[in-house]
Amino acid sequence: MNTSYILRRLFYGLLLMLGVVVLNFLLIRLAPGDPAVVIAGEMGGATEEMLESIREEYGLNKPVLTQLGIYIANVAQFDLGESFFFNQPVTTLIGHRIGPTILLVITAQLLSIVLGVFLGVIAARKPNGPMSAFVSVFATIGYAVPVFWTGIMLIILFASVVPIFPVEGMQSVKLRDAGFFVKALDVLHHLILPAFTLAIIYLAQYARLSRASMLEVLGSDYIRTARAKGASEGSVLFKHALRNAALPILTVAGLQFGNLISGALLVETVFNWPGMGRLAFDSILRRDYPTIMGVLFFASFMVVVANILTDLSYRLADPRLRGR
Amino acid sequence: MSDQSVTEFKAESPALEAWRMFRRNIPAVIGVIMLMVIVGATLYGTFLYGGDPFEIVWAPHEPPGVTPEFPLGTDYLGRNIVAGMLTGGGPTLAVGLAAAALTMVIGISLGALAGYYGGWVDNLLMRITEFFQVLPALLFAMVLVTLLSPSLWTIALAIGVVSWPQTARLTRAEFLKIKELEYVTAARAIGARNKRIIWKVILPNAAPPLIVSATLTIGVAILFEAGLSFLGLGDPNVMSWGLMIGANREYILDAWWPVTFPGLAIFFTVFAVSLIGDGLNDAFNPKLRER
Repeated sequence: MNTSYILRRLFYGLLLMLGVVVLNFLLIRLAPGDPAVVIAGEMGGATEEMLESIREEYGLNKPVLTQLGIYIANVAQFDLGESFFFNQPVTTLIGHRIGPTILLVITAQLLSIVLGVFLGVIAARKPNGPMSAFVSVFATIGYAVPVFWTGIMLIILFASVVPIFPVEGMQSVKLRDAGFFVKALDVLHHLILPAFTLAIIYLAQYARLSRASMLEVLGSDYIRTARAKGASEGSVLFKHALRNAALPILTVAGLQFGNLISGALLVETVFNWPGMGRLAFDSILRRDYPTIMGVLFFASFMVVVANILTDLSYRLADPRLRGR
Repeated sequence: MSDQSVTEFKAESPALEAWRMFRRNIPAVIGVIMLMVIVGATLYGTFLYGGDPFEIVWAPHEPPGVTPEFPLGTDYLGRNIVAGMLTGGGPTLAVGLAAAALTMVIGISLGALAGYYGGWVDNLLMRITEFFQVLPALLFAMVLVTLLSPSLWTIALAIGVVSWPQTARLTRAEFLKIKELEYVTAARAIGARNKRIIWKVILPNAAPPLIVSATLTIGVAILFEAGLSFLGLGDPNVMSWGLMIGANREYILDAWWPVTFPGLAIFFTVFAVSLIGDGLNDAFNPKLRER
């Protein structure tokens, strides 16, 4: 893989983030009223002194372009302002919340890709078999169910009917003093329902996509060659065919990442998962704009990073692209 | 087959052929019927329950099927769930349709310009599209709705503003493909201007995938509206399915019915729309039907 490509990709990612910062700046000014009051939050509790210090910090008395410059410079130093509701710097606030969100999103992504591809590959073996029918029906249903409602239904099921999974939060209070290993298991136990809820929609899509992609590949000459030389069915499916069918799946996985974060927002709210989505929800209800803008910034940042990683893994998966 | 039918053979228009295919597609027809029932119920229901769906009419958490007047029971405040179901569909459907229309207008316009003109126009528009794809859609929509203060129109606007990139990409891809075809060259040769070529020559030929995408966009927009209302970012004065679920969320372990029924309504609506979308897709691409 060549370095100049990676550098170009990183530079482009940086430009996108600069765009997000400018957008944040514009959004604050889109809100009706005095920006200082908007930033302080519509709590009604902002004193004139507080407003003055905000005006000072954001340079609100200066020309708009200077204000933009100050804002960009602040963000470049990872200073996203102060949340007046939580009474903490926004970066600290998000620092506590970003871990659980990444854990949830990555788990859901892996769960949906692994299970979805597995279902799709099995379905592709018999294009008109019952598994294929199941995959199409499941994909259409998975697409149509509101993710927050799935979560609620699972909570009702697992809280009262079969109480085997915790339905709220990320950790049990009673295990506060337990060892690391016990705590980790506890988090995983709490993770099962939210991750599965989030994974369902995408699982269905990956199943449908990998089925279509596999069907295309299974008709090609090299698969016939592999079969002719006596490769086992498992080896043909998972080694020869899946490697070639993987590219469209990878592309969609990269594009899906932003949607996954949107979904995580709802799922975190339903399951009281202490992540960024929950923080976004709380801060929006309180009109705590510095925090909202901070969440928008970091969520976009996660998408940009995911896109760059997808691009790079694309090149690892397909040797034909490496020279470019 | 009689001789007559052979002698009277006429070429069928592509639209008619697609309709014939669609009609034979059982899931798609079921989707149409389901959607007609849902739309009919919400239109009729608004008249039937001329009263206020927010009105408290009975004891809270009356289970479904106990009192004949309230077949689906009451919610945590004692509001009639049937009334909410019937009147709450209208706003959801209206916002879904308006948002999808806006998405298609923005997406098709930008995608058409990018695909047709190419060069720097394409470059610029595609960078803008990529930028919008980086922003997590629901979060961005939440921010927009909060800034603009929630009403049915601002919600539709916010959903439209965050969801057009995919449509733009699809339109661009179609335009890139079609603009190289001979009939476009022919149109140019007889002196058609760019504007005419874009809207009258290429766009109608790009219509099939765009119609399918429009259908699916309606489904996504409905889910979006439901999500926003669920979070309490919808118009607080308008009953909607998402709002019903959000309002009753705290009490799900005491009463399952106030959240279950509106959720089913959202599910069946989006399910119907996506069955229709799949049916249209198959009807326009007979070759893909085996997949």
